[in-house]
Amino acid sequence: MNSEAKKTLRRLVIAVPLMFAFGFALVPLYNVFCEVTGINGKVFQTDDAKDLVIEDGRPLGLQFISTNNENMPWIFKPSEEVMTISTGEYYTATYYVKNTTNKTMTAQAVPSVAPSNAAAHLKKLECFCFEQQELAPGEDALLPVRLLVSDELPKNIKNIILSYTIFDVTEYDDEAVAQVDNEGHHGMEH
Amino acid sequence: MSAVIENHHDDHHHGPAKGLTRWLYTTNHKDIGTLYLWFSFAMFLIGGAMALVIRAELFQPGMQIVEPEFYNQMITLHGLIMIFGGVMPAFVGLANWLVPMMIGAPDMALPRMNNLSFWILPFAFFILLSSLFMEGGAPNFGWTFYAPLSTTYAPPSVTFFIFSVHIMGASSIMGAINVVVTIMNMRAPGVTLMKMPLFVWSWLITAYLLIAVMPVLAGAVTMMLMDIHFGTSFFNAAGGGDPVLFQHIFWFFGHPEVYIMILPAFGIVSHIIETFSRKQLFGYSSMVWAMLSIAILSFVVWAHHMFTVGLPLAAELFFMWATMLIAVPTGVKVFNWVATMFKGSLTFETPMLFAIAFVVLFTIGGLSGLMLAIVPADFQYHDTYFVVAHFHYVLVPGAIFSIMAAVYYWIPKWSGNMYDERLGKLHFWLSFIGVNVTFFPQHFIGLAGMPRRYPDYALQFADWNMVSSVGAFLFGVSQILFLFIVLKTVMGGKKATDQVWEGARGLEWTVASPAPYHTFTTPPKVD
Repeated sequence: MNSEAKKTLRRLVIAVPLMFAFGFALVPLYNVFCEVTGINGKVFQTDDAKDLVIEDGRPLGLQFISTNNENMPWIFKPSEEVMTISTGEYYTATYYVKNTTNKTMTAQAVPSVAPSNAAAHLKKLECFCFEQQELAPGEDALLPVRLLVSDELPKNIKNIILSYTIFDVTEYDDEAVAQVDNEGHHGMEH
Repeated sequence: MSAVIENHHDDHHHGPAKGLTRWLYTTNHKDIGTLYLWFSFAMFLIGGAMALVIRAELFQPGMQIVEPEFYNQMITLHGLIMIFGGVMPAFVGLANWLVPMMIGAPDMALPRMNNLSFWILPFAFFILLSSLFMEGGAPNFGWTFYAPLSTTYAPPSVTFFIFSVHIMGASSIMGAINVVVTIMNMRAPGVTLMKMPLFVWSWLITAYLLIAVMPVLAGAVTMMLMDIHFGTSFFNAAGGGDPVLFQHIFWFFGHPEVYIMILPAFGIVSHIIETFSRKQLFGYSSMVWAMLSIAILSFVVWAHHMFTVGLPLAAELFFMWATMLIAVPTGVKVFNWVATMFKGSLTFETPMLFAIAFVVLFTIGGLSGLMLAIVPADFQYHDTYFVVAHFHYVLVPGAIFSIMAAVYYWIPKWSGNMYDERLGKLHFWLSFIGVNVTFFPQHFIGLAGMPRRYPDYALQFADWNMVSSVGAFLFGVSQILFLFIVLKTVMGGKKATDQVWEGARGLEWTVASPAPYHTFTTPPKVD
């Protein structure tokens, strides 16, 4: 093989791990892209954004939704389903949560905002979704979310829906795998 | 095809080794091409048998033959085997046989890697197929293996699936690297880039696509592996991951992949239409530019597979227009093929019949693709049999017809014998009728709302499903005839001339028929 061919080969061989790495780079790129554009309904934590606070905001409907992911047995619901708020002001809403089982469990809530182009303007100073919740058997709690909707919200948006899905993440690492195995065995019975 | 090469033992070239080790140790591009082609034919029959299980179950509404769980395994394996085991290795086999002969090179640039890239493939498919006998059954999440269906809810055999995809990817990447190095560095003097035969061009572009996206697929399955076994959360929402991200990564690979399966077909069909029209191909350079544009555009249209996941409006519009833009270079190609035939002195030997059927039926598949590109319409068509009809039209009478056309066209050069023209035509007409009877009705049931990937359906879809199943069995059985024709040709028949076809041009027609074990050990002169 001549040296030109070796050069071509070398370039191609380098391209392969680079493209493999690019596949993984798509993960942070995707998150950054969603954060910058606010699409996909993803909401990220905001530092105390005092300059967003204004006094003559416009009224806005804020609706809260809760969903339990598949086998999550907890009670999980918003304290108030609808709030009327004003843009540029901080509000605190709460979700009621109760562990109905007889074992200690850990949960993780994952938020989503609709319409998705409102997500970039919804600023969360504090949210229970930023951390996991651990509750003892029968324990309940009020989980706060402190938020502000920026005045830059597109004028055609009159209502925002804030939705949380709660996942059971107790012993996530070990049990999730075991659970998959069990389901696999179950499939064999047919 | 061993009988083929025996004739040349007495000339000054080294002949092939004897027995099984010839095939195990071979570094000869023709041997490896043959191995790839036979392997892909075996996979075509296995994947085809699975398709017939699917069509048998769908012959009537209600559950007849298989359990739903097994049906899901069949649709998954059918897709994976036909794509990674049937179409892709067949094109690699054709590249092995033809690229060195077309550019006047003695062999592929990396012969030992060539051997490796073939011989790891049977293991990949052995692993994949063995999952059928594992606890929990074979992968059942569709060939697109969307997470979390393929992670949280997958059968345990998913790990074997992941490794087999890794091996297939490694094989494709090595094959592609080999093709690029060969084409870029081993062309005979005078074979400039813009003088390369179109099949060589199509493979050069395909190989670059493979090198760009197969590693991304490897990344996707590696992330799955980590989610399943190492507690990461790439695609798990509870851990901060995102299932939609999986679809983005998958289709970033998946859309270029569909062009990987059609660009070599474009090359093949261009050669065949040119030969049997007895004219120079119309618009050679526009063909090259069209293929390049299609390849580049293929990287910016992936999300048209995901219009219904909740993309923002701007993204839907972008991907819709970008997708429609692909119709322009594709239209240029179809125009050029028709213009080549225009006022040509056409004859209709079997390869030409397959090539013309390719142009017509691929265009139908392209048009349904345009319909699917329209965002509001796609909300209706998404995941229906209309999509199934669309991609089968571009893959079966598209990619697979082009492979069959290539086999009929070049088998006289490979084996030294002419195939039986009467049987070839019979095979063509049976396949042509079979393919249309199978897939055309799927447009109707798709538009009427029948979803894909279910083992059962509502009663109003019964008639067209029955028609489709009848067509599938006709098409399937006629491939046995194809096997028979190929075997008959390899074993004997009318001797082929060196040029084989009256209108054939190109370096591969200047060597003897059958092509000697070693060709172009000294580079030919090309003006």
